[in-house]
Amino acid sequence: MRGARLLTAAAAALALLLTGCSTTGDRGTDGTDGVVRLRFQSLAWQPESVDANKELVREWNAAHPRIQVDYVQGSWDSVHDQLLTSFEGGEAPDLIHDASDDLADFAYGGYLADLRGLLPARLRADVPERSWRTTTFGDGIYGVPFLQEPRMIMANRSLLKDAGVRVPTAEHPWTWPEFRQVAKDLTAAMGEGRYAVAWPLKEPVSVSLNLGLSAGGRLFHRDPDGRAVLRFEEGDAVVPGTVRAMVDTDRTASRATLGSGGSDTLPGFFGGKYAMVPLGFSYRQQIVRQAPKGFDWTVLPAPAGAGGLTQGVSPQTLSIAEDSPHKKEAAQFLDFFLQPRNTVRLARGDWMLPTSTAALADPALHTAAYGWATGAAVARQLSPAPAPSVRGYPEWKDKVATPAFQEYYSGAIDAAELRKRLVVDGNRVLARYQRR
Amino acid sequence: MSAFRTSGPARFGQYLALVAYLVFLAFPFLWLISTAFKPAVELGSPHPTWIPRAPTLDNFRQAFDEQPLLRAAGNSLLAALAAALVAVLVATPMAYVLARHRSRLTAAATGWVVVSQAFPFVLLIIPLFLVLKNLHLVNSLAGLTAVYVVWSLPFALWMLTGYVRAVPVELEEAAAVDGAGRLRVLVSVTAPLLGPGIVATALFAFITAWNEFFFALVLLKTPEKQTLPVVLTHFLGAEGVADLGPLAAAAFLATLPSLVVFAVIQRRITGGMLAGAVKS
Repeated sequence: MRGARLLTAAAAALALLLTGCSTTGDRGTDGTDGVVRLRFQSLAWQPESVDANKELVREWNAAHPRIQVDYVQGSWDSVHDQLLTSFEGGEAPDLIHDASDDLADFAYGGYLADLRGLLPARLRADVPERSWRTTTFGDGIYGVPFLQEPRMIMANRSLLKDAGVRVPTAEHPWTWPEFRQVAKDLTAAMGEGRYAVAWPLKEPVSVSLNLGLSAGGRLFHRDPDGRAVLRFEEGDAVVPGTVRAMVDTDRTASRATLGSGGSDTLPGFFGGKYAMVPLGFSYRQQIVRQAPKGFDWTVLPAPAGAGGLTQGVSPQTLSIAEDSPHKKEAAQFLDFFLQPRNTVRLARGDWMLPTSTAALADPALHTAAYGWATGAAVARQLSPAPAPSVRGYPEWKDKVATPAFQEYYSGAIDAAELRKRLVVDGNRVLARYQRR
Repeated sequence: MSAFRTSGPARFGQYLALVAYLVFLAFPFLWLISTAFKPAVELGSPHPTWIPRAPTLDNFRQAFDEQPLLRAAGNSLLAALAAALVAVLVATPMAYVLARHRSRLTAAATGWVVVSQAFPFVLLIIPLFLVLKNLHLVNSLAGLTAVYVVWSLPFALWMLTGYVRAVPVELEEAAAVDGAGRLRVLVSVTAPLLGPGIVATALFAFITAWNEFFFALVLLKTPEKQTLPVVLTHFLGAEGVADLGPLAAAAFLATLPSLVVFAVIQRRITGGMLAGAVKS
């Protein structure tokens, strides 16, 4: 009998638990009270950025009682799989925050609304054409690029000064050969066991391709019939060749950091083991928080080459789901959210740079502190990353390019083998996506 | 017994190996605790230390300020407890049938249970999402719990079948001879002997659900419903950048319930595992 009572109690507890678990109903996007409800999934994660996002949503909601926006916190981790499932299930958020290199599959899959005709002329004109190209697939525009992040060189100013090397500016950047020479001078001045540069190349593809634009490399080209094709030309070899030479021949870059992520190099940077670390612009926030008191650092532009200071970027984007029944209202919210003054708040919160021309001109983004001015100067010359808009790029990146670059940088294969793998193996991958 | 007797040096070697193994296992957890109490400057120190030089609770404060950790922990607890309870209630009678009534059908069922473990869940998630949507169980902890039950059921079944087989069938026969009916035999004789096994299985189901991330990420849409593993990812940025201090603090707190549950019932688990390991 005791057992039977236990079973009954367990069943009752289960019923209670499930009652507690049960949903209170999906709010959906159509309120029964006539109020339009939009779900906005944001990937903001730095506290200042989350605050700025939530504040803007609050301001909108206060001013627009008939169009209410619900802020949903998403995360960069697994966002692609999460969105894909939501799209397939017809449950995607109305407003979607993502990065332009993640949009191609969703755009070609018909999950995102074509924003042409939805966005106001002000916003279209405020964002430069080169930024719109990062979210243009076929004839449609599937996202508003609003924040971007160039790769800069975080440098220990004291070590640069002690070595007597020329400090570059956005107007007079280092060339790639000069960068290599400066690294030699710095390493000699720093002494045994220290290196001028730490290249964090855990994700080697985007670094190699995006910085490669400055040297005139593109790797991805379009044939006259519109098909993407891979060609490895002289400019494509500059960045990989420089890194490899710095590690192998010059011994001015640490071999140990080649497999590291950006954050992993910071302790060595703070400790004076490395004088310079090429990192994304937003890493400045980590440096500000974690650097020891009195650490003297500065932000330098990446070296320039035949392509000038340009480099590829994949901006953060805001899109509208094709399934959203309230695209017009969602576009109105985007117009408000991306007013220049608001974009400045978002950019400062994320320690990034706006694509908006008006926002980029804001004095708050031109202060010398923390390298804002240098970043803003570089931002004017950023280009769309050449690869992500190509169908099949994710597979090429994961299966071909990442292992090839990793092996090349580690010294396991030579430049000829790198070229063969990237181009021959790569074109085979692309061909599968471009069959007619 | 003499076969297990070892000499002094050999025993010392065994203890040394055990300590090394324990240190290896404990390293990530100890480092997590250390990180959780370090100020930001120490996190970037080129000379990391095990013991924080200036321990601080700032990371915990920041973690709680920035994310609704308590609400998320409550959601995780609810889903994990419900999943454990349901998994055990469903798996116990099924395991009994599989263990006691051997036939081609039960052999096929056992085979299917094993095969079902081979499906990667990314293949299942979209059809599963559609099914749950039709049942109005998307964005619901009940729906998530159902998924957790289905997910943990095969392994729970496999575990419990072993425990049932360890209960001598003669005990059930003796009770039947004494006049007990089938239900009475199950409730009064078999169930108490299965206790440790049921506890171990429930614990397995609980921890599986407590730690699960992807289903929760995909199925729960509103912030109010999100579970702890999903909220922990809010401390991560693009390309793996992390707000390390608050992340470590929150992750440390997230491991505590599992540790507490283990500490409280570890004796029962050990007994249960041994019971399952011995065949009558």
